[in-house]
Amino acid sequence: MMGQSFREVLQSGKFVVTSEIGPPKGTNIDKMCHHIDILKDLVDGINVTDHQSSVMRFPSIGGCLHVKEKGGEPILQMTCRDRNQMALQGELLLAYTRGIRNVLCLTGDSIVVGDHKSAADVFEFDSAQLLRAVRHLETGKDLGGNDLDGGVQFCAGAIVTPEAKPFEPQFIKFEKKVEAGAEFFQTQAVYDLDNFAKFMDRARQFRVKILAGIVLLVSARMAKYMTENVPGIFVPQNLIDELAAAPKGGALNKGIEIAGRMIAELKKNAICDGVHIMAIGKEEVVPDILAAAGLTSGGTAHPASGKTLHAS
Amino acid sequence: MKSITKQKPLEEIDRQLDGMDRVYLVGCGTCATMTRTGGREEVLHMKEHLQGLGKMVTGWTVVPIACDEMTDTTLRESNGAIKNASCVMVMSCALGVHRLASYIDKPVTPALDTLFIGLEDGPGSFHEVCAQCGHCVLGFTAGICPVTMCHKHLLNGPCGGTNDGKCEIDKTKDCAWTLIYQRLKDQGRLDVMRRYQPPGNSHVVPRPRIARISP
Repeated sequence: MMGQSFREVLQSGKFVVTSEIGPPKGTNIDKMCHHIDILKDLVDGINVTDHQSSVMRFPSIGGCLHVKEKGGEPILQMTCRDRNQMALQGELLLAYTRGIRNVLCLTGDSIVVGDHKSAADVFEFDSAQLLRAVRHLETGKDLGGNDLDGGVQFCAGAIVTPEAKPFEPQFIKFEKKVEAGAEFFQTQAVYDLDNFAKFMDRARQFRVKILAGIVLLVSARMAKYMTENVPGIFVPQNLIDELAAAPKGGALNKGIEIAGRMIAELKKNAICDGVHIMAIGKEEVVPDILAAAGLTSGGTAHPASGKTLHAS
Repeated sequence: MKSITKQKPLEEIDRQLDGMDRVYLVGCGTCATMTRTGGREEVLHMKEHLQGLGKMVTGWTVVPIACDEMTDTTLRESNGAIKNASCVMVMSCALGVHRLASYIDKPVTPALDTLFIGLEDGPGSFHEVCAQCGHCVLGFTAGICPVTMCHKHLLNGPCGGTNDGKCEIDKTKDCAWTLIYQRLKDQGRLDVMRRYQPPGNSHVVPRPRIARISP
């Protein structure tokens, strides 16, 4: 596996696993670095979120630099919320010079859901336009039509929401992202695997890799909250019941078991090309999720060796 | 088309009038009357408030259309009362404030904040339909403007926050792209939605925006 780029891993036919970390609010990077240490040899790529939920934090590119320094494979999440086309391009140039080769092109959350509610938002580009901007930069020209002194090459991805309601407009957007040059997709959290399989039946006609979004459920309350309040997320009642029936203090373990079970099923039935695990603050249990999924031989939270433990 | 306004918080209004004891009040008979922010009733209410603060209201009027050039002529009748005032407080949208400030040689201060230019879609209900972006996209969005009606002004379809046809930021607001999709579908024109739309030009008319129509 060593030396393989994320794009090569995507093309290798193996079941791909990515995960993500959230940079800190502040300059104490200890926890983020700890999470990178846990994940870097276990997963094929580590997303670094970009002021997720419009909460101001240490920047995604800063987190990616740390992933890179520690020998992990960073996936730069880049939203159009805070940057105009000048800033987007400039940051892509910086990323490239520092060995960051993967970029996830996102529109970005609304400012008003975050913690700087009166801040200006940009949204000069949308995610499809950002994908095209990446592909344009790769031609050696900037968006102003000027020659670049040294170009870029990125493995560019995007997101899709299989549970979006209504779904058809979302699928048109998905097609436009494919057309704009997305090579891989990480989905919003999916829990209803039958519905996800239906989505995959349609998505399979496109030559892109799709990683199912797995958000760790840590309690029945969280599951209920998400299904009722987060657009694009649906948690079936049987999963909520399963979490509620867990013994006191056992909901997290049940969530790990559910995530592992879903991943195993996705892999066994070859429903999609891999998974993107979002543990949202509980990154230390990602190894347990992988073990529950049967993707690692160990199953201990802290593998002693640094080598990649993926089953192929 | 109406200029939608909202009265400023009273403490901000009071602060703007610091050191000005004599106020002349101007309301507007058009948009601000319709939105109940600067009609006769609101002007009289403001008069009472200012008098309560110990200020003298030297006079008041509600001009027919504050932003119209005729406002100059209308206000001439009140010259004395305006002259006697230390400032003119305008209860219209910013267009009216500008119109008055351009020829009144006194401090002119707004009592309202101008929110947007909107259409009335029912009694007392207004929505913004045009952001005057300078590159109209209505031809490929079935007459529904995503620049104005989508929270993130997206040009290529909905974001992941689309919520049963509503916007993720507010369940009472429609998702523009759900509306666009539905109307294009009804018209048998979904191919238009599949077409890539490049980013707009942020400087079609760089600010300050001025148009001069040739004779």
